[in-house]
Amino acid sequence: MVVGSGPGGLQLSYSLTHLRVPHAVISADPAPGGMFRRWPFFQRLLSWTKPFAPFERGTRFYERYDWNSLIPDDDRHRAIQPRLMDGTSYFPSRIEMEQNIATFARETGIRVRYGCRWTGTTRDGEGFRLRTTAGDYRARVVVFAFGLAEPWKPEIPGIEHVPHYADTRAPETYAGKRVFIIGKEVSAFELANGFLPWARQIVLASPRPTQLSVVTNSLVGVRARYVQPFEDHILGGGVVIMNASIDEVSRSGELFRVKTTRSDGGGSLMFEADDVIATTGFQPPLGDLPELGVVSSGREKIPSQTPLFESISVRHVYFAGTATRGAAGLKKNGIPSSSGAVHGHRYNARILARHIARTYFGIDPARPTLKRDDVLDYLLSELSRAPELWHQKSYLARSLLMDAARGIVDDGIVPLQLFVDGEGPDGVAVAVEANPKAEIYPAVYVRKNNVVSEHLLPTNPLLDFETAEHRAQLTAALAPIL
Amino acid sequence: MCDMATTRGELGDKLSSLSLFADLSAAELESIAHIVDERRFADGERILRQGLTGSGFYIILAGEGIIRIDGKDYGKLGRGDFFGEISVLLGDPPVADIVAAQGLHCAIIPGPALEPFMVGHPQVMFRMLKSEARKLRMATSWRT
Repeated sequence: MVVGSGPGGLQLSYSLTHLRVPHAVISADPAPGGMFRRWPFFQRLLSWTKPFAPFERGTRFYERYDWNSLIPDDDRHRAIQPRLMDGTSYFPSRIEMEQNIATFARETGIRVRYGCRWTGTTRDGEGFRLRTTAGDYRARVVVFAFGLAEPWKPEIPGIEHVPHYADTRAPETYAGKRVFIIGKEVSAFELANGFLPWARQIVLASPRPTQLSVVTNSLVGVRARYVQPFEDHILGGGVVIMNASIDEVSRSGELFRVKTTRSDGGGSLMFEADDVIATTGFQPPLGDLPELGVVSSGREKIPSQTPLFESISVRHVYFAGTATRGAAGLKKNGIPSSSGAVHGHRYNARILARHIARTYFGIDPARPTLKRDDVLDYLLSELSRAPELWHQKSYLARSLLMDAARGIVDDGIVPLQLFVDGEGPDGVAVAVEANPKAEIYPAVYVRKNNVVSEHLLPTNPLLDFETAEHRAQLTAALAPIL
Repeated sequence: MCDMATTRGELGDKLSSLSLFADLSAAELESIAHIVDERRFADGERILRQGLTGSGFYIILAGEGIIRIDGKDYGKLGRGDFFGEISVLLGDPPVADIVAAQGLHCAIIPGPALEPFMVGHPQVMFRMLKSEARKLRMATSWRT
C-alpha cells in the first residue's frame, strides 16, 4: 500500500511497477500533484530545471540539471519538466510542475485510487489494515508518502487569530498594509518577497537568526531567489528582520498587536500590524501512526527512519517523498540530505522500491558485473556526472561489491549510511561531498573485512573528477580490494 | 525545517534540565532550542563513526550511547552527557564509534556551527570545559 499521489508516491509506484511488485496507491486528492496542486503560494518553484544543460536532455546525466522531473527507467519518459516550461524562467511555475507530475503519471500509466482518504491504521497479523473512506485495505507493507501537508502553528497566546501561510490571501489584498510575518525561513521570505510590491511595511520575526543558503554554502537557509527582502532590510527599505520570540498576539478590531522579546537581550518590542501571518511550517499528517508506535523527532515531527526509510520503531512501515528527511543519513559537515525536495527523494523512492521488492517479494534483478580494468573509469565518471550523487551529497553512493562467484558487481545506488554501517562483502562506495567552505569533492569508502576506511579526494575548480590526480588517488584507495 | 516562535518549546524544556545548560536564562535556552536539531536513533545505529570525518556535537536527551573502539565496548554515555566535540574542535575523525541504545534521543549541533555556538554561549563552554577536565583527570588516573 502506498498512501499519497504527490511526487514521492508516484515515483515509488512507478519504480515498484517496473519491478513487478503488486501494490495499490490511494490518495485523498482528486488528481496527482500533491502539494504542488496548491503551493508555493506565489506560484513559482525554487527548484530549477535548465532546459539547456551540459548533458543531452532525456539522458540520466541530464537529471543533475533537472530538479523537478520524476525519474523513469527508460528514456521515453525522462525530462518531462523542460518540455512544459515556457522559457520565462528556469524555475518552473507551480502549474508547470503540477503538469509535469500529472504528465508522468499519465504517460507511465500509474494507477491511483483518487478521492480515497486514509483514516486509520491497525495491525493485522503480520501486516496492517488501513481504514479509508473507500473501505479497508490489508497490506503487509505500508508506505506513507503524505508529504508535510498539515499546517502547524506554535503555542503562542493569541495565535488562533493568526492565519497560517496556507491561508494567505491574494497579494493585492495586502496593498498599503503593515504585514507582520512570524518566521524567517524560506516560506517567510517567499511571502515577504511577494509582498514587496504591495505591503507598506513588512516585519519578519522569530528567535532564530536568518540563514542564507549563499552563506551556509548549502541548501540550508533562505534560497538566493528570495533574498531581496534581506537586502531591503539591510538598506532600510521598509523591511524589518528581527531576532525575537513572539510572546503574544492580540487583536483589536482590524488591528493586530504583536508582543516580542528580542533575542539579543534588548528587551520587549510591541508591533502594530494590519495583518499577521504564521509561516511556522508544516508537519506530516501522521494520523494515528503515533498510537501505532511510530516515533518522530524534531520540531516538524517527521518519523525517525532507518537508512532504508523504515520507521525505527514499527517494522514494515515505510515513508516516501518529503518525509524521507527522517532518514537523516550521515549529515556530514552538518549538510543535510536533499530528501525534502523532489530532486532528492525521487532517488530515495527508487531505492525503497528495490528494497521492498527484494525483502518482501523475493524480486531481485541480477546486478551487472564490471571488468576490473573498467572500475576506475566507471567510478570517476559516476563521481563526475551521476545525478544521484550530486543531488544527494554524502547521502547516496555508487557501490561496487566483490562477489566471490561473480566478480565485481555493481550494487547500484545505495544509501551511504547503509554501506558504511552495514556488514557485507568487500567493496567500495563513492559519493560526492561538500564542506562549509563550498568545496565539492569526491569521497571514497572502502570496505575490507567489514572495516570501512574513508578517502577524501581533492576538489577541482571545474568539478572535473577524472583528472590524473583523482585517478591516482582512487587507485591507491582501491588497492586493498582490487 | 520550520521556524517556531514559541516560548514553550519542548526541546527548551528538555535542555533546561541538563547541567550543561544550567546557567542559562529562559530566553537563552529558547534561543538555543531554535538552533539545535533533534534526532532519535534506532538501537544499534552508529552516531559517531570511528575514522570518518564530518561529524557533529551531540547532547543526550534520553537513552544511551555506547562507546565502541575497534569493535570493543568501553562504556556508556547517558542523559546529559555529550560527545563529538573533540573531533569537531580538533578537525580529526572520531577515535571511537558511539552506538545508540535504549532509544537514544539527542540534540545536535552541526560541526561547523559548534565554534560560534560555544563562543556565543560562554557559560555552556565553561561547563563543557569542566566536563573535559573531569574526563582528563579520569584518563590520567587510569594511567597511574
